[in-house]
Amino acid sequence: MQPLIRNREFLLALVVIALIALIGLRAPEFVTPGNLAQVFTDTSILMMLALGQMAVIMTRCIDLSVAANLALSGMVVAMVNAANPAIPMPVLLLLTLVVGGALGVVNGLLVWRVGIPSIVVTLGTLSIYRGTIFLLSGGAWINAHQMSPAFIGLPRVEFLGLPLLAWTAIVIVLLVAAAIAWTRLGRAFYAVGGNPTAAVYAGLDVGRTQFAAYVMSGLLAGLCGYLWVSRYAVAYVDIAGGFELDVIAACVIGGVSIAGGIGTVGGAVLGALFLGITKNALPVIGVSPFWQMAISGGVIIAAVIINARSGRRRGRLILREAQAQS
Amino acid sequence: MTDHTLDTLAGSPGTLPDRLDLGWRRWMRWEVLLLAVAIGIFLINSFASPYFLDPWNLSDATFNFTEKAIIALAMALLIIAGDIDLSVASIIALASVTMGAAAEAGVGTPGLVAVGLLTGLAAGAFNGFLITRFQLPSIVVTIGTMSLFRGICYIALGDGVYRNYPSSFAWFGQGYVWWVFSFELALFAVLAFLFGLLLHKTVFGRQIFAVGNNPVAALFSGVRVQKVRFSLFLLTGLASGIASILLTARVGSTRPSIALGWELEVVTMVVLGGVSIMGGSGTIVGVVIAAFVMGLVTFGFGLLNVPGIVMSIFVGLLLIGVIALPIGIRKLARRWQGVSGRAKR
Repeated sequence: MQPLIRNREFLLALVVIALIALIGLRAPEFVTPGNLAQVFTDTSILMMLALGQMAVIMTRCIDLSVAANLALSGMVVAMVNAANPAIPMPVLLLLTLVVGGALGVVNGLLVWRVGIPSIVVTLGTLSIYRGTIFLLSGGAWINAHQMSPAFIGLPRVEFLGLPLLAWTAIVIVLLVAAAIAWTRLGRAFYAVGGNPTAAVYAGLDVGRTQFAAYVMSGLLAGLCGYLWVSRYAVAYVDIAGGFELDVIAACVIGGVSIAGGIGTVGGAVLGALFLGITKNALPVIGVSPFWQMAISGGVIIAAVIINARSGRRRGRLILREAQAQS
Repeated sequence: MTDHTLDTLAGSPGTLPDRLDLGWRRWMRWEVLLLAVAIGIFLINSFASPYFLDPWNLSDATFNFTEKAIIALAMALLIIAGDIDLSVASIIALASVTMGAAAEAGVGTPGLVAVGLLTGLAAGAFNGFLITRFQLPSIVVTIGTMSLFRGICYIALGDGVYRNYPSSFAWFGQGYVWWVFSFELALFAVLAFLFGLLLHKTVFGRQIFAVGNNPVAALFSGVRVQKVRFSLFLLTGLASGIASILLTARVGSTRPSIALGWELEVVTMVVLGGVSIMGGSGTIVGVVIAAFVMGLVTFGFGLLNVPGIVMSIFVGLLLIGVIALPIGIRKLARRWQGVSGRAKR
């Protein structure tokens, strides 16, 4: 076991707590339990997406299409709900998972079976999925009054003081953490990303593992599609535009290495919380929300520099430097 | 870049000759195919719309891709060297905002051009410095700076707009050099020629291929790998600065959301032009033809009143299809060769 002080998640948790404390100095009303719960709920979607993205990044791929997938899945369920409010919620939830999962399957197959570099695949599907929303909806908005009360109300149902949206995130985080720690697939994510050649010799199918990661990311994006649309009670072409960058930022801040094989659920969750707290705190401490984008950019760069410096000390220097240059 | 199937790791025999033969054979295949596609689209367009063949219309058509194509020239070199820059569209926005601020302060046209170019260079240098000095993956750093540069634009401008550009400045985006040939098109032609020379006829060009194919081997052969990579980021920043001047002069105003999402189209152009996204191979001729293909498609769709977002579906399909096609053919060919080919390995 490494000492606590060098544990990345522990340090990140300290940074997050320090951040909350600093904001509390300027605006004490921010640190009330009620408000913190609000911030957590607001960050739930980002947190879940970050977990899917983490799995993809760990297998040396990237999923730039998550936000477009979320928007398309959300639009599909919103349109179905608007067209026929009688369809019960479990069916709609299944539908959003199927749509999101199918879009993830498309990404995964293109990476696994066709062998196209993941960044190209998801750059392409990002604009294809967004365009498809326009084709489906004709550019029209689905507004709150077109959605059924159950559709909008479900994530808002309170249970032990937290809305269902936050509980969903908590359950998903626990599920993914368990899956990553204890299932064959979870360990395969690390093996495939850490050293693909060795993974093949160990009997793992690299492409198939990457495929599984994309399906996981797609399923989570589908789930978040419904959650997003019902939380903001509106669906249109551009919802969650550019959100994929926030998701990747959460992973990078959380110490997930873009070179693959390194990452933890705790890190990704803390990374998402860090972004969520800054986003919610800016208006409270009187900074223009226009600062948000530059801050996330700066934090991504800082995080990746820190990650690279702490990662370099370990192990075979010559090989590592050779790899670093490629 | 992130694809690590066993095939690419082992350097399958099928891909090796392609990579070594950087001149004639690729040019014989991909670029000719692409040219055929371009001519095909041209013909379809001229049948589909009676307005297409008008010289002034065709000249207008060039405006919507020359700015992206100028960045694509530099991006091609960067991708051949094994890197990528996703922050180009944000550099355009940053340069446009600094030019706008300078114009508000009363700076004249030559000054504005200098400001635009310097901002592009500075942003490129920042990317290059982070990536080569700290040995960071270019994709993450430029995703970061993409957000940082555009974020700075939002901080500076918010929901405001700069539009006090001197009237002589508009010439860069709207002026004509001769008859229907705009300044933008002429500049693109000159730059394409220069980039072609740089990549295919100079030592620096050979070094770019060497770095992209195998950076460690290049280092051992005396190539200053980090210096080459840094200069390419600088070059891409400069190209984005030039594109920013053209775009700002053409539309005559600056908002923080200017050129949003252009990085996708620039990368598509480069990849469509036959540059391998894994680095190590590609030609400028290919990128130039690809720029025309995308310009013609966009313009043709525009004449047929297809909305922009539907075009983005097409661009996405084009990007994936163009890469999937040769991979699919190679796979089929390998299956066709059958067991005998596998035994020889």
